[in-house]
Amino acid sequence: MKLLIKNGRVVDPENKIDEVRDVLVEDGYIIDVAANIVADDAKIIEASNHLVCPGFIDIHVHLREPGEEYKETIATGTRAAAVGGFTSVCCMPNTRPVMDTAAVANFVKERALRSGVVNVYPIGAVTKGQAGQELSEIAHLIAAGCVAISDDGEPVRKAGIMRNALEYAKMFDMPVLSHCEDTSLSENGQMSEGYYSTFYGLKGIPAAAEDVIVARDILLSKLTGGHIHICHISTKSSVELVREAKNEGVNITAEVTPHHLTLTDEIVGTYDTDTKVFPPLRSSEDVAELIKAINDGTIDCIATDHAPHHFESKDCEYDLAAFGISGLETAIPVVMSLVNNGELSIEQMVSLFTYKAAQIVGIDKGNLSIGSSADITIIDPDLEKEVEVKNFYSKGKNTPFKGQIFKGWPVLTLVNGKIIASNGEILE
Amino acid sequence: MELAKKDLLGIKELSKEEIDLILDTAIPMKDVTTRDIKKVPTLRGKALATVFYENSTRTRTSFEIAGKYLSADVVNLNVPTSSVQKGESLRDTIKNIEMMGFDVVAFRHSMSGSAHYVAKNTDMKVINAGDGANEHPTQALLDLYSIREKKGSLENLKVTIVGDILHSRVARSNIYGLTKYGCEIRVVGPATLIPPEVERLGVKSYYSLSEAVRDVDVINILRIQKERQNVGLFPSLDEYSDLYMISPEHVKLAKDDVLILHPGPMNRGVEISSEVADGINSLIVEQVQNGVAIRMALLFLMLGGI
Amino acid sequence: MRIVEKHKVMDDMGMKRALTRIAHEIIEKNKGVENVVIIGIRRRGGPLADRLGEIIRNIEGVDIPVGILDITLYRDDLTTLGPNPQVHRTEVNFNINDKVIVLVDDVLYTGRTVRAALDALIDIGRPRSIQLAVLVDRGHRELPIKADYIGKNTPTSKSEIITVKVEEIDGKDEVLIEEKLNE
Repeated sequence: MKLLIKNGRVVDPENKIDEVRDVLVEDGYIIDVAANIVADDAKIIEASNHLVCPGFIDIHVHLREPGEEYKETIATGTRAAAVGGFTSVCCMPNTRPVMDTAAVANFVKERALRSGVVNVYPIGAVTKGQAGQELSEIAHLIAAGCVAISDDGEPVRKAGIMRNALEYAKMFDMPVLSHCEDTSLSENGQMSEGYYSTFYGLKGIPAAAEDVIVARDILLSKLTGGHIHICHISTKSSVELVREAKNEGVNITAEVTPHHLTLTDEIVGTYDTDTKVFPPLRSSEDVAELIKAINDGTIDCIATDHAPHHFESKDCEYDLAAFGISGLETAIPVVMSLVNNGELSIEQMVSLFTYKAAQIVGIDKGNLSIGSSADITIIDPDLEKEVEVKNFYSKGKNTPFKGQIFKGWPVLTLVNGKIIASNGEILE
Repeated sequence: MELAKKDLLGIKELSKEEIDLILDTAIPMKDVTTRDIKKVPTLRGKALATVFYENSTRTRTSFEIAGKYLSADVVNLNVPTSSVQKGESLRDTIKNIEMMGFDVVAFRHSMSGSAHYVAKNTDMKVINAGDGANEHPTQALLDLYSIREKKGSLENLKVTIVGDILHSRVARSNIYGLTKYGCEIRVVGPATLIPPEVERLGVKSYYSLSEAVRDVDVINILRIQKERQNVGLFPSLDEYSDLYMISPEHVKLAKDDVLILHPGPMNRGVEISSEVADGINSLIVEQVQNGVAIRMALLFLMLGGI
Repeated sequence: MRIVEKHKVMDDMGMKRALTRIAHEIIEKNKGVENVVIIGIRRRGGPLADRLGEIIRNIEGVDIPVGILDITLYRDDLTTLGPNPQVHRTEVNFNINDKVIVLVDDVLYTGRTVRAALDALIDIGRPRSIQLAVLVDRGHRELPIKADYIGKNTPTSKSEIITVKVEEIDGKDEVLIEEKLNE
């Protein structure tokens, strides 16, 4: 079975390709990328005026399974990913039970093979039960297929534990993904601390709650040489810390979410609980710095921190609402808004969603090299569409982007050479 | 002239003209509260529910009697604070109240934005009777009324708000109201209780009480929540009162005809000395009386024409 | 829709004569003005009450208490008035217990305003009696109410509008019949 994607603008930053080419896929692999490929026996996909990209990778999602299937399952979460243009996701270990053993990681992998539609890479917990006390069996987790370790959802509170985690993970070339939050500074906080928290009367979470842990983790990475990866960076000051650390040669990477790149704390004034997320939406100054940082290489990739919630956890008082945004199905159009504003090039956007993300977690993905698995995302940069949560494949309808119109949407997602999603629908 | 919005959620959302209308309407309402027969039939057949998820005697009673003076039926719903996080959801509670036929709900909750949430989920009119640290619009309106009644006008006054600005919905609502009249507003309190970037609200912030009260027309003293010292925001009530209790010496630093306001209940000897509380500049008792008139005015303006 | 003037019912002199006659009738009916107070219904009843008080003072040589009644909080037609009417103060700074009240309004029409005013008065005291004085009675009563003193009976159709203007509010004294034309 051959597929020929014709006349698309092929954007493959890792291979330094950005021009109109055809892509030929056979038996799940890319077998040719060239101009005017002729393959009479292939099914043709016409892609003129579309972007043909390596499959997008999201290294930070919460699939909620096992244990919180009422929020999301591997089946629904991976479908949301595919519709959203993602071909690979890395799922966080804050499940019930926590993914702190090979058994849970194996369960997730197996489940993904049976009910999932994209590639799923589990992330193991740093500490048993994510309790921040004892290291998980990290080698076992890696053997079971985990690509990184993280206690995401919770910070690793003790510096000593983080030091050991970095040191230990270094043996396996494993990044430690750090949820940076000093909970003594963020306690009871609902939104970013600043003018708007004062104006709206909500308890603030200061930038320093993130910055002090970023600074700590940089120092610990220096101490150990371990690979620290900063999850969902959100403040100008943290960006500056990471930039300086990179200049010094620290083994550090960082990700940012689409919502932190595009929304500010001002919108919390509606008390719409879908604006409640951790880290909180920050000031316009922070947003400007984050955009600078995705262009200058300080931030390595964009990850959604897809955090689906049951509607009841959001249909309540702001203080009682769960933190989190359902992000997989809006990530590309939201980031395309930066492209449309001239704040990000298409080539850079694709880099941030593909090979740069793959490099962080060390997976062999993110390019259209001949011989690689045919994970391909096709984007129509001119398509304008409204975010309609009722059409979400994710169980989590919690997005502050609901009802907004965006230009530039994924229209075709191929995983291992198979068309999984087309024009917002899963092809079962 | 009428109020533009269905609900009264905050002073933020009111225009100066709307505030003037409310204050003007409160004048004849105050007359009603001072005559022998304290009742007018205007809201006959309307029903007010007071739903308080936080303890309050003064505000709830004030709403209740305001509704009764206007001939509305008034029901107080007791919601034990402990049930906020368990038991029935707020949406369900509100829907139930709506289905009993209430026209308006006076709603108080310890969490900011809760009145907005209620307003979004009901056809009843909602009056925010205090939401977390966000707003307490009826308190600010009665403060403005009390000040205007004595000073003749609110324009360009100097007003100092003293105490826990960070957690105070009274402070916020007063600031949002007074800034509309070009007032010079000063806030003063320990640094840990001054919210970040407060000056962007159009106020000056001070740490020194003596400096903050110099030559002002009004001193509005906030109640200090005794719980705050347990979370380390200030070391002790003793130290607090040494630094921030309004005593007769502070009153002397202000203008001769300075007005002393306090939303109550007072902690005498902590944020206000008894001499000041009971002194000739004190408006504290009249504030309570004016509170009824303001709430009558609001109920009439929100329900009278429908 | 356009409103056109059809007829002038009273000019300033006519109004003055009508009020003077009413003042005399009040004095005559009450055999003097001992215990009589005058209360005008806001808005145009207010200035008319003031003038009646003034005329009576000139005739009898005694001061007679005059007050203003705001009946907004007693109306039964708030729903039909459109935007909320502004509530104003009732300014009756004297005791009305056991007094003979002469209630003054500009136009007597359905009687609903007077009904509201009676309720409002009874909530501020217990007068011995209440009499009603109006500048114009235009008919179309919906309640069993009649005036004791009438400046002019002016039969009208319901599509007509009686407009009373008084110097203190409108800059001149006159009474007009106008009509709404649907065009």
